[in-house]
Amino acid sequence: MKKKVVNKQFITVIVAGLLVLTFTGVGSAADTIKMGVGGAHSGDLASYGLPIVKAVKLVAEDVNAKGGILGKQVEVIAEDDVCKPEVATNTATKLVSQGVTVVVGHVCSGATKAAMDIYKDAKVVAMSGSATNPDLTQSGKYPNFFRTIASDDAQAKLEVDFALDVLKLKKIAVLHDKGDYGKGLAEFAKTFIEKSGKAQVVLFEGITPGAVDYSSVVNKVKKAGAEAIIFGGYHPEASKIVSEMRKSKMKIAFISDDGVKDETFIKVAGKYAEGVYATGPKDTSTNPLDKAVKEAYKKAYGEDVGVFSINGYAAAQALLNAIQKAGSTDYDAIVKALRTEQVDTPLGKIKFDDRGDAIGVGFSVYQVKDGKYVELKN
Amino acid sequence: MEYFFELFLGGLTRGSIYALIALGYTMVYGIIELINFAHGEIYMIGAFTALIVASVLTVMGLNEFAILVLASIAAAVYSAAYGYTVEKIAYKPLRHAPRLSPLISAIGMSIFLQNYVLLAQTSDFLPFPSLIPDFEFWEPYSHLLRSTQLVILVTTTVIMVLLTLLIKYTKIGKAMRATAQDRSMAMLVGVNVNQVISMTFVIGSCLAAVGGVLIASHIGQINFFIGFIAGIKAFTAAVLGGVGSIPGAVLGSLILGLTESFATGYVSSDYEDVFAFALLVLILIFRPAGLLGRSTMQKV
Repeated sequence: MKKKVVNKQFITVIVAGLLVLTFTGVGSAADTIKMGVGGAHSGDLASYGLPIVKAVKLVAEDVNAKGGILGKQVEVIAEDDVCKPEVATNTATKLVSQGVTVVVGHVCSGATKAAMDIYKDAKVVAMSGSATNPDLTQSGKYPNFFRTIASDDAQAKLEVDFALDVLKLKKIAVLHDKGDYGKGLAEFAKTFIEKSGKAQVVLFEGITPGAVDYSSVVNKVKKAGAEAIIFGGYHPEASKIVSEMRKSKMKIAFISDDGVKDETFIKVAGKYAEGVYATGPKDTSTNPLDKAVKEAYKKAYGEDVGVFSINGYAAAQALLNAIQKAGSTDYDAIVKALRTEQVDTPLGKIKFDDRGDAIGVGFSVYQVKDGKYVELKN
Repeated sequence: MEYFFELFLGGLTRGSIYALIALGYTMVYGIIELINFAHGEIYMIGAFTALIVASVLTVMGLNEFAILVLASIAAAVYSAAYGYTVEKIAYKPLRHAPRLSPLISAIGMSIFLQNYVLLAQTSDFLPFPSLIPDFEFWEPYSHLLRSTQLVILVTTTVIMVLLTLLIKYTKIGKAMRATAQDRSMAMLVGVNVNQVISMTFVIGSCLAAVGGVLIASHIGQINFFIGFIAGIKAFTAAVLGGVGSIPGAVLGSLILGLTESFATGYVSSDYEDVFAFALLVLILIFRPAGLLGRSTMQKV
């Protein structure tokens, strides 16, 4: 029995490695469509990985109940990578050898990167609902990678696009709180502004969190002639800076991130918060699909969805939809379908751009109006 | 030039903020040579008290000025009670212990008070109402200095003058100076040393509370942790000016505030703290006792 398995694996690897892709498609499409799920299913980060597996299984059950895809049932194969890059290569090899057509995963960015090379060689499409490292889609090294979650720099990109294209600003001051999150975001924003060529960064500085007073740095922004501040950091500093600006009658725009898109910010900054822009995750709670999935999940597993369940659910839906629309399990056809065919998911109607990021997923710009964050539709 | 003045006035405000807290540090150190790490927490408690009292009074519909005065008085009284109690509980039993013991006790008090407020109140940032009303003054130049900043500057100056007068010309001031010079000798000539020390804590705590009210009005937010950061800076300022010296604490605070403001304005706010502490190191190399500190002789 064991020998037979090894034998089968061996053949599949050879098939995957040597033969043309159409053949792989035909070979693995014998009776079911196999969908792999790679991620941390044990260990510290299992709480991220397992809810994704459960969500993917829900999608598969749903699809199978409706007669499957291309007349075939969907089979979910979960493999554990414990979020470690060195384990992830084995996980990927295992999944490929079992003949998966597509993979949902992996969970962590590092493990995902390690696994991608193996999927690339095997012509397997992978889609993550949680790996946010910008490199995965932007480096061009992973053409078979897609994701249903926004990358780390998406907020910075959105902030910059908003400032340049919607507000049409030319001079921007970028401030941050010297922390990993804030500084990382500010550096992305700076790069995007400089690359765009449409505006200039007149000031780029870190402020000291918790300082009693930010009047000097606000004066500096004023002197630099900035038309807006893009701030990377959290709400305590943001509310101090905004209050200081408004009290000294500076009316320029203040644009920040989801560290500021917090009710406490409005509570603390009070009337000075009015008009402040902040990016935050898109509001999906009004989407009936989102509600339905959350209920189905709770009914099936007796617990609430995990952090990335909805993203994982959407990834599985997008992959299966692409296979359906492509009409085959052919790699190129699936990739093409992912980029052209819209799919209705709990995250909204999505398709993917050339780099593999989901269009329409991620962050929106919010503005404080009458003491509330209001999503700006543009 | 206008930019220079903006930075100058910003630095002056910042310095005055530090000074309000630094005075308490320096007074206590002057008398019992204890670095009262819980002082920052007393300041924080003052701000919280003012917030609670001001909220209640606002609901009752009093006018702005009355709210400011009553909230400040409540904060001062409450903080003074805390300062007095902290001294009785944490420092008095250790009066004759090695100097490290009260220091550790002070750090313990600081941690205790922070967590007490955290549990009793909240870990969130709370909005602090602008208790100091906006008034127009100095019309064409009002963009350089806001009314809150003016109030802080004036209050710090007045407090410093009053404190100097108190120490120079009153009986309790004389007793304080005597205790600072030589505690046993002061006792021998009939000074009630324990009472003097308690008084010092009460006065220092009142100042911290007033500081808490003014600074929180200026910044517009408080949480349980504000005392720690402000305390560290104020302590630095006190050391810079010569710990134990009252004009020294104010001078040190102003220098620290101005250095930070100019470093931010002309170099980069990334290095705000670097400049502040580099200055501290430099001054301590050339004047180990601080700018106005007297190098005390070793008491044998």
